[in-house]
Amino acid sequence: MTAQTSQSPWTTFRTWLSRPSVAGVVILAYLLIVIVALLSLNRADLLFPLYSTLVFPPFVLSPFVILASPLDNRIKVTLILVLVVIAMPLIGIYDSSYLELTIQICIFAGLALGLNIVVGFAGLLDLGYIAFFAVGAYSWAMFTSSAETVFFVSGIIVPGWAFYIFIFVGVVLAALVGVLLGLPVLRLRGDYLAIVTLGFGEMIRVLARNADQPINFTNGSQGLLNVGTPPMPQFWVDFIGSIASTLGIRIAGNLEPLAQQMLFYFIGIVILGVIIVAARRLDNSAIGRAWTAIREDEVAAIAMGVPLVKMKLLAFATGAAFAGAIGVLYAAKQSFVSPESFSLIQSISILAMVIVGGMGGIRGVILGAIIVTLLNLQVLKNLSLQLNALRNIDFIVPLINFHIRDWPTQLEPAKYERLVFGLLLVLMMLFRPAGLLPEPRRKLELDMKKRAQPMETPVITSSETGD
Amino acid sequence: MSSETLTPPQVPALDSPWRRLLDSFPVRYILYPVGQMVIFIAGAAGILTLLSVLLALLVPEPRPNIVLMDQIGKQLPGMIISGISIGFVYSMVALGYTLVYGVLKFINFAHSEIFMVGSVIGFEVMQRIEDVGFIQLWHPVALVVTIVGSAMIISGLLAVLIERVAYRPLRNAPRLVPLITAIGISFFLIDFVRAIEAITRNDFNLTYPTGDLSYLRTPIPMTFGETTVNVRITSIIIVLAAVIMLIILNYFVNGTKLGRGIRAVSQDRTTAGLMGINVNLMISITFFVGGALGGAAGALFGLNVGTVTPYVGFIPGLKAFTAAVLGGIGNVTGALLGGLTLGMVESFLNGVLVYFPALGQRYTDIFAFSVLILILIFRPSGLLGERVDEKV
Amino acid sequence: MKISRKLFVLVLVVAMGLMLSATLVNAQDGTVIRIASQSPLSGGQSVVGTAIRNGTELAIMQLAGPLTELGYTVEFVPYDDQATADVGVSNAQLIVNDPAILAVVGHYNSGVAIPSSEVYNDNDLVMVSPANTGVNITDRGYATVNRICGRDDAQGAAGAQFAATLDGVESVYVLHDTTTYGQGVADFFSAEAEAQGLTVLGFEGTEETANFEGIIQPIIALEPDLVYFGGIYDRGGILISQLRTAGYTGVFLGPDGMDSSEFANIAGEAAIGTYYTTTGAPVTVFPEAAQFVEDYTAEFEMDPQPYAAQSYDVTGIIITAITQLIEENGTLPTRAEVAAAVRATTEYQGITGNYTFDDNGDPEMASYYIISVDSSDPALWGSNTILSTQMIPSPLAAMAMMEEMMPEATPGS
Repeated sequence: MTAQTSQSPWTTFRTWLSRPSVAGVVILAYLLIVIVALLSLNRADLLFPLYSTLVFPPFVLSPFVILASPLDNRIKVTLILVLVVIAMPLIGIYDSSYLELTIQICIFAGLALGLNIVVGFAGLLDLGYIAFFAVGAYSWAMFTSSAETVFFVSGIIVPGWAFYIFIFVGVVLAALVGVLLGLPVLRLRGDYLAIVTLGFGEMIRVLARNADQPINFTNGSQGLLNVGTPPMPQFWVDFIGSIASTLGIRIAGNLEPLAQQMLFYFIGIVILGVIIVAARRLDNSAIGRAWTAIREDEVAAIAMGVPLVKMKLLAFATGAAFAGAIGVLYAAKQSFVSPESFSLIQSISILAMVIVGGMGGIRGVILGAIIVTLLNLQVLKNLSLQLNALRNIDFIVPLINFHIRDWPTQLEPAKYERLVFGLLLVLMMLFRPAGLLPEPRRKLELDMKKRAQPMETPVITSSETGD
Repeated sequence: MSSETLTPPQVPALDSPWRRLLDSFPVRYILYPVGQMVIFIAGAAGILTLLSVLLALLVPEPRPNIVLMDQIGKQLPGMIISGISIGFVYSMVALGYTLVYGVLKFINFAHSEIFMVGSVIGFEVMQRIEDVGFIQLWHPVALVVTIVGSAMIISGLLAVLIERVAYRPLRNAPRLVPLITAIGISFFLIDFVRAIEAITRNDFNLTYPTGDLSYLRTPIPMTFGETTVNVRITSIIIVLAAVIMLIILNYFVNGTKLGRGIRAVSQDRTTAGLMGINVNLMISITFFVGGALGGAAGALFGLNVGTVTPYVGFIPGLKAFTAAVLGGIGNVTGALLGGLTLGMVESFLNGVLVYFPALGQRYTDIFAFSVLILILIFRPSGLLGERVDEKV
Repeated sequence: MKISRKLFVLVLVVAMGLMLSATLVNAQDGTVIRIASQSPLSGGQSVVGTAIRNGTELAIMQLAGPLTELGYTVEFVPYDDQATADVGVSNAQLIVNDPAILAVVGHYNSGVAIPSSEVYNDNDLVMVSPANTGVNITDRGYATVNRICGRDDAQGAAGAQFAATLDGVESVYVLHDTTTYGQGVADFFSAEAEAQGLTVLGFEGTEETANFEGIIQPIIALEPDLVYFGGIYDRGGILISQLRTAGYTGVFLGPDGMDSSEFANIAGEAAIGTYYTTTGAPVTVFPEAAQFVEDYTAEFEMDPQPYAAQSYDVTGIIITAITQLIEENGTLPTRAEVAAAVRATTEYQGITGNYTFDDNGDPEMASYYIISVDSSDPALWGSNTILSTQMIPSPLAAMAMMEEMMPEATPGS
């Protein structure tokens, strides 16, 4: 602890912070503050939307803070496990809107990781990724919905416990569709690939919307209602109920829906965990290296003996498989599936998550998913709610004497998610194309390319036969 | 240095009055392109009519009491006319995509929103004229020219601005980056326009104030044999405006020095720069022209349809992109061909599918996407496009 | 390391303890009552959606007096469902997570109401709709779903019966916008039209929102005497405008989705002479509503659109039910209790009529109006001519009436 006169206070602070024990205490304090703050927020407060927007994101981002700290790996894992398995559920029991948010984050993180395989690992820009998600969701919904589909009418309805089997069915189906989609686009590059995949994505949505005539498969634009849910064992419900009563928490709403959401939360965490592990394994394998080769220079990869077709199809299939599994979870959780949930803006949102976080890096992608989902589902919505709460009491902004009542009703922040996404994408591409948590290799790629000569990569190869 | 010294000595027999006539300005730049369009439209209409007749022969009565052949006979003129008018709209937008792709080898995803901005500006201009009063006193041509002209200028400038701010810094970045930027701009524009309309009008369903202008609303009956079709005057305006603009564009690209510069940049950017062409200026001009055409298409579309919203650009933009690819992206004639083809096929499908309830007209949109996908898979260079070989 | 680990575990345990105790300390504020509304506040249907929202807000401002006297604050939370089912469901999940919200006024689109009400029903939260006419809304028999407007089976049939009475109308062409509502009401219209002897020349659904030219082509060629559009005014207005410009001279009929001054705004001259059926009467029909119109115009600086007055009544029903419960029990009621009290509402005298709910949540008697559009001026929408008014009982009420009249009749005889 020698005082070096040449060292700035900031560096001294950082050095002090990087001592494990200090870091540990700081992190614990941080967690404590955030959790206690979260639990002490009162819904009846006027500024509740604002407060919850300020407090919840730090809580959700705490795993990243933990991961970035210089603690021992086992302690990091324990802390994160405690957060995920104990802290979050408790917060969820206290206020199930946070539980809802976290489940959505899990879903989108899984989707972002899947897209990351296609775009980040293999470098194939897929703008229709949401189609695989739709395949998974519809596969479960079609077989369990009470809408008047051909399945319901002929009695081929699947019981709730088949949900766990259908996760695998969703995986397989989506992977199949991924291969089907990948086959025709093998030769395409860059822009063309993007547009074709966009076309496929839209086609799936239009098909879902129109597949109610002449045979009703998907019930068209009215969507599938009452999608099946995995059965809840009674001990689970009782368990949740007893935790709530021992802690004296009054549950808003009924116990069963809360227990159902909790079940989905844990299923989601498990699926996300599996996806993370799978993605990591792939990244560090021969397949991952093949993908990197394809991404960086396809012709050189072929020259080095990388089986292009197989690897590209594998990328599509794997990405699709992740989306398929998540789709089944989503359908069961929402208990309602309609074609409008699978439109272009969803594909772009997921792309935004991958880009904002940092293409290729697993940690970055999850961070991107958290940021974009929170932005979309919490920040913008809460801004609207806050605006409304202020309007209710006819709040007047002090210095400029502006009546909140005069804010035009059409200018509600929650509706302007496209604006935010668009701006986010443009700014990220202009200033930080490698993302917030860039994978070192990608960053190098992008920096090098920026300085290199422009090379006009054509969109089709001359390996086309015929004509 | 005139070009005469560089051309080989002409064989005297070829220097005939015929030749001079064919090479003269009016023929080359007006008659020839218009002739091409007419022949193409006639050909497309002919083929589609043939196909419809074949279908009617195969399936005479798809629904009880409906004889398909009669219905097609009645609808034929209408289908062709509406096909032409929407086809020209697609063509104009497609040109924007194709011009930009030609110079930068880059798909300007934001072009559909430039189309939308054109339609919104058209509305704003018309609404302001209406607010000032006496809109009936304006000469129709002057009114349309003002509306479409302002849409063109503002859309063109917007396109140049976008290029300057978002695309130019990324010219050397890998493929993915400008594409994503374009998507981002597209999204941003949609909600930005919506926000502006929300602030200024608290509503974003923008209805063109054609109420006082009966000449815009009264249809013109045209008789073809037994059937009389009521043609909307806005359809005719679209066709006329489009043809005029296409002729001007054709002259600009093929007959002027600037046009030659643009063609040079699209062939080989670096060499063009070495030859003394101001590459950045050429690119900006290209964006302006493409944007202006898109804006004009938007204003004309708005006049035709009557009500526009900030979301009106997405689907036509996608279809116009299909048209550009269909014709061969990078190829100006191809964009025209592709747009007209897509418009006519769509129109015919709409007219025929209505008699097949099992399918219905909703499948028309599926068709547009399928065309896009099939072309990109089997013939990515399009109808008129060139094969590009990859340099290793 | 060993010392740090022990310290770490100790701190962890303390942390958990503090955390848990924090939950004990906090208590919910028990004197706030919130009523939520869900309707499209943005997008093409926002004119009526905003009317629903405003009507609810005005009702809370004017009718919550008794509750405030009892010591409760009543707050209004409007949500925008953007006429999209997913947004409606997401909002519904947010709504049910706020324990202070005891009732929901909404929606406008049946296709949004149905999935959202699944969420409400799971959480015993009552929804009362001023404008949802889709039959599936109440046919599911949920204890928490109610409405005070009519149903599409009656509305579509009434429309077809009216069409059959028009001179020179023998063939119809039915178009819909593929939503639950539009397709539903078009189905009922079509079925009744055939029963009335009219020829249905075509039944098409389209998602088109702007350029109907391709769809209008075959319509003109088929030459129907009447075109029926099952959908909402933002598309209907454009459709009729383009139909007229294309030279269509026949009749245009629509359901209550056309009922909005915005229809006249969009369609302009083409709106004159069109007809529509509706279950929400124009405010001018009700003498008691005159004060409402004045207050609404003063508060929101716009004329009340269709369904604003109905929302006012819906909110009144909810507030009355809650007040009753508090007076009986002295404490804040649970959501299930509120739902039961709302369902038990008998003879509520609102400004638009007298309401009693049947066992499914439909009003026992609903009124259906057939109205013709006289003027292209949006400000004069409220003075459109009412051609006929029918009071039609809900299916359950009709069955009950029949059983009363014929007690010996066995089902199926």
